[in-house]
Amino acid sequence: MAILVVAEHDNAALGSATLNTVAAARQIGDEVHLLVAGSGCGSVAEASAAIEGVSKVLVADNAAYSHQLAENVSLLVAELGKGYSHILTSASTSGKNYLPRVAALLDVDQISDIIRVDSADTFARPIYAGNAIATVQSSAPIKVITVRSTGFDPVSATGGSAAVEQLDSAQDAGISSFVSEEMAKSDRPELGGAEIVVSGGRGMGNGENFEILYKLADKLGAAVGASRAAVDAGFVPNDMQVGQTGKIVAPNLYVAVGISGAIQHLAGMKDSKVIVAINKDEEAPIFQVADYGLVADLFEAVPELEGKL
Amino acid sequence: MKILVAVKRVIDYNVKVRVKADHSDVDLTNVKMAINPFCEIAVEEAVRLKEKGVATEVVAVSLGTKESQEQIRTALALGADRGILVETDEKLGALSVAKLLKAIVDEEKPDLVILGKQAIDSDNNQTGQMLAALAGLPQGTFASELTVEDGKASVTREVDGGLQTVSLSLPAIVTTDLRLNEPRYASLPNIMKAKRKPLDTKTPADLGVEVASSLTTLKVEPPAERSAGIKVGSVDELIEKLKTEAKVI
Repeated sequence: MAILVVAEHDNAALGSATLNTVAAARQIGDEVHLLVAGSGCGSVAEASAAIEGVSKVLVADNAAYSHQLAENVSLLVAELGKGYSHILTSASTSGKNYLPRVAALLDVDQISDIIRVDSADTFARPIYAGNAIATVQSSAPIKVITVRSTGFDPVSATGGSAAVEQLDSAQDAGISSFVSEEMAKSDRPELGGAEIVVSGGRGMGNGENFEILYKLADKLGAAVGASRAAVDAGFVPNDMQVGQTGKIVAPNLYVAVGISGAIQHLAGMKDSKVIVAINKDEEAPIFQVADYGLVADLFEAVPELEGKL
Repeated sequence: MKILVAVKRVIDYNVKVRVKADHSDVDLTNVKMAINPFCEIAVEEAVRLKEKGVATEVVAVSLGTKESQEQIRTALALGADRGILVETDEKLGALSVAKLLKAIVDEEKPDLVILGKQAIDSDNNQTGQMLAALAGLPQGTFASELTVEDGKASVTREVDGGLQTVSLSLPAIVTTDLRLNEPRYASLPNIMKAKRKPLDTKTPADLGVEVASSLTTLKVEPPAERSAGIKVGSVDELIEKLKTEAKVI
């Protein structure tokens, strides 16, 4: 049976995490269908059809799906999903929001945040803030799964030529409505997919001081992240948080500045290829995972680093 | 209105877990246990709604072994009015928990159910959403702001890229993010008072729910260790290493 992947998008552009999710699906089976549920999402459907390894794209274009409200999207995915062996989506806030609802509607358990596919019914996922990896086998008739993007190399966004099929579905549960949104604007790369991430912690002292990290990030073409301490102190908005309860990143280079390295933060970045820590506290736990540690005052070291790059 | 809050007993968040030598699970013997941090935030939010006069009663429910009583008592000490323990020695998956909570919701008929967004042990982030689906109710997940008025809940949610506000008709399910509030400390008099608050014990059989899971954990392993790195003496040395050794810039 085929595998259904639900695309991640904002109605205008396809989210890059979808490519990682398709890669996970391809490790499970050969026939992968992609569902695009949204409103005015024609360009997303087009982009989806071009993804390598996708054989069919299903498009549900309706106002009921415009803001991905879980109550509406879950009805659509559960209805459609009955004909599939697996339903996958990325472990983004959107996927985490509606997919467990789909699983409950189908009366099956869900497997969250997989990082490895062992076989069509066996998967690995981190538990306890990434301090243990559980290998889980599912006997559910339909496997409902969210995929951690950093666990899978993306498939190519081009080269595919899937058939596009329009669905005339309009599932509106009528119990919730979208009111407003406030999205952080940034010219820097998206945190989840960036090659280089520069993150600041409590050691930054205040929000204005993050300016030196932004300068360094711009020199490196990097995204900027933060620890929970920096977010809680109001230095930066929450969507920049890296950790167990924030975003999970695994860039080529992660530069932790003024971050002590609590378990919850390490959960979000310790799969980075190279970790650099800049901290004036020689005993900070971050040095136990850093490939290169610099014990220095960040207010001197960061501008110097930026200047010399 | 009545608020139901679900709380979970988990390993204390500061404890670094160790995987058992036989790789069957993590080792929880003699480890400090506590109320899941997200659940604590859920209790705090419910108590604040009561203090504002929005809620009239706060019921705390936990599912698990007898020891979960301690976490219900914590919730009672923080201001919940009474507790319900669904006692079982079975390991409960999120779907089973959601089914048991659905049965409690059918009995108690709360106007609002508040849960944490995820438990820091299983890291599933599923239960609230599953409960909402089973009960046919709207959900406001990852809430950083909650307002209840005129039969509706307005929930500001933390989403990738920023914040989203949704309006839900009551009854509704809300799951908490860390920024929703700062939980209070239980005072000693309140801890003493909590010992006298009512706590009902039920079993899954009482609720007519069969606890079963289609998931089997084959093994639990420690993650790959990172090899210890080196300390560099200067910014120049750092740049040099990143360019020639690590080749990442």
